[in-house]
Amino acid sequence: MLSVVGRRLATIVPMLLILILGVLLLMDLTPGDPAAIVAGDNATAQDIEETRERLGLNDSILERYVGYLGDLARGDMGTSLYTNRPVSEAILAALPVTLWLTFLALAVALLVAVPLGVLAAVKRGSAFDRIVSSVSAGAMAAPPFAIGLLLVTVFAVNRSWFPAGGYVALGEDPTGWALSVTLPALALAVDPAAELVRQTRGAVVDVLERDYVQTAVAMGIPRRVVIAKYAGKNAAVPVVTVLGLQAARVLGGAVVIELIFTLPGLGSEALNAVLYHDYPMIQGIVLVSAALILLMNLVVDASYTYFDPKLRG
Amino acid sequence: MSGTAPTRKKTGPIGAGMRPGTKGGRPGKGGLGLAPKVGLVFIAGLVLLALVGDLLVRTDPNAQDLLRRMESPSGDHWLGTDAYGRDTLARLIAGARLTLVATLQAVGTAVVLGIPLGLVAGYAGGIVDAVLGRIADSVMSVPTLILALAIVGILGPGLTNAMIAVGIVFAPRFFRVARGAASGIRNEPYIEACQAIGCSPARILLRHMLPNASGPLLIQTTYSLGLVVIAEASLSFLGLGVQAPDATWGGMTREAFGSVSRNGFPMLPPLLMIFLTILAFSMVGDGIRDRLTRGRDGKRI
Repeated sequence: MLSVVGRRLATIVPMLLILILGVLLLMDLTPGDPAAIVAGDNATAQDIEETRERLGLNDSILERYVGYLGDLARGDMGTSLYTNRPVSEAILAALPVTLWLTFLALAVALLVAVPLGVLAAVKRGSAFDRIVSSVSAGAMAAPPFAIGLLLVTVFAVNRSWFPAGGYVALGEDPTGWALSVTLPALALAVDPAAELVRQTRGAVVDVLERDYVQTAVAMGIPRRVVIAKYAGKNAAVPVVTVLGLQAARVLGGAVVIELIFTLPGLGSEALNAVLYHDYPMIQGIVLVSAALILLMNLVVDASYTYFDPKLRG
Repeated sequence: MSGTAPTRKKTGPIGAGMRPGTKGGRPGKGGLGLAPKVGLVFIAGLVLLALVGDLLVRTDPNAQDLLRRMESPSGDHWLGTDAYGRDTLARLIAGARLTLVATLQAVGTAVVLGIPLGLVAGYAGGIVDAVLGRIADSVMSVPTLILALAIVGILGPGLTNAMIAVGIVFAPRFFRVARGAASGIRNEPYIEACQAIGCSPARILLRHMLPNASGPLLIQTTYSLGLVVIAEASLSFLGLGVQAPDATWGGMTREAFGSVSRNGFPMLPPLLMIFLTILAFSMVGDGIRDRLTRGRDGKRI
């Protein structure tokens, strides 16, 4: 397992290096003068010049790259142009909200989807299977923000069962926290749940047709045991893969969901950063979200070796 | 339909070359299934609506009638009016046109960026492939919407800019498919023969590698169309896509959400259109995928 992690880490680092170069280059691609945009409409020539200096735009891209890497190594991602807060501090403050949403959405999706998918596969061709398959196909076409809007309208605006927005920290008020994250997490869970149902069903159908499963059934091992022990672990690999891919989509979908439910997460920060031309914040958020995704992939890869011993060593 | 007639040849230009020697595999299943056909019909209807819709509903989608705001559906306004008294049906149709154009812009950008680079990477191999592949991986490691946001942040808000951003974000998908197809056949005898008789690399890429990738690329394109509709709606909902007073369905949803506490209805028509359009594209995508891949392993899960 360690070697898998090591190999993955070896590919993550160059990717992050490319990404950092990419986000630094983005600023050079801005149509017009980024310094003038940041300095604002009423800026004098001197203001613009100072902004240019502050953004480091007078340095060559190589100098900026090395400088950014050096700062990054010390945990310094620059300072927000809008709030003058260190970027790393702002991101750390926003991260728990987004991570909770992502985690809860994936957990809900997993808990709902895996049993449904397995059942649909076992009862393949039945009415239950067809209903589950059609509902999940339909659910995949519903973008998270649409579900979020419907949930907030029905359960927060029309009936005030849940708050329509705002975030309560878990440490302050666990009940308030649970209420504040329920609807957004549900909105984010539908998409991965639908995808997971399809993948689980497909994987289990595939495994159930294998010879060793047929043999186990023929030997008189109870179906329950065959499905759980023989089929379960082998079907897990594609399911975990999809879970990893879905994590990236949920993290992206969280941007819109955070706006709908006014949650102060990474997505809200990203939106503000874009609206206020806050380049260092944009760079930091792109980098941190990519690092999260890559880390997630690392965990997924490592889990393969648990589910499939052939991949060990 | 009984399985007696494997004689029915499938001579579709795309599927034909994909599965040699599987003629007897699944008789009588040559066409698309029912769901993909329904999807195709829906999309065709949508395109038609976008083209001639303003002949059906002659109301100006941007005309405000401030005395008749937030009305429920009636004979005058079949789908009611929005917070400015604009006709929801007229905006829905105008939105269909803009949404479709925007979707094509984004997928076009992704195709133009992704496919040539992918073919070149797959054909050239070596360092070119490694560098381009790493860049594609890096782009794909950032969540779609966050990267699109960042690029819109650089280019500035606006529907075209937003769609260019989405196109850049989707380009690696096409890159990967094109690269895979190209690198899969680069050592085939017919490619080497072509090189030997002096074909230019451009000819090899366009005449031999691109057609080889056409099936998977078609599947990718169809799925991407649906995903781009989501991305467009999301960005317009965030206010970074379409700008007032123009309408896309995402933009209409944003406007309707602003007055949701008074009336939730205006949100429903655009949301329903978004949902149905994505569903249609995904049904067509499934249909094409089944048609092109079925038979190779002889079964369909």
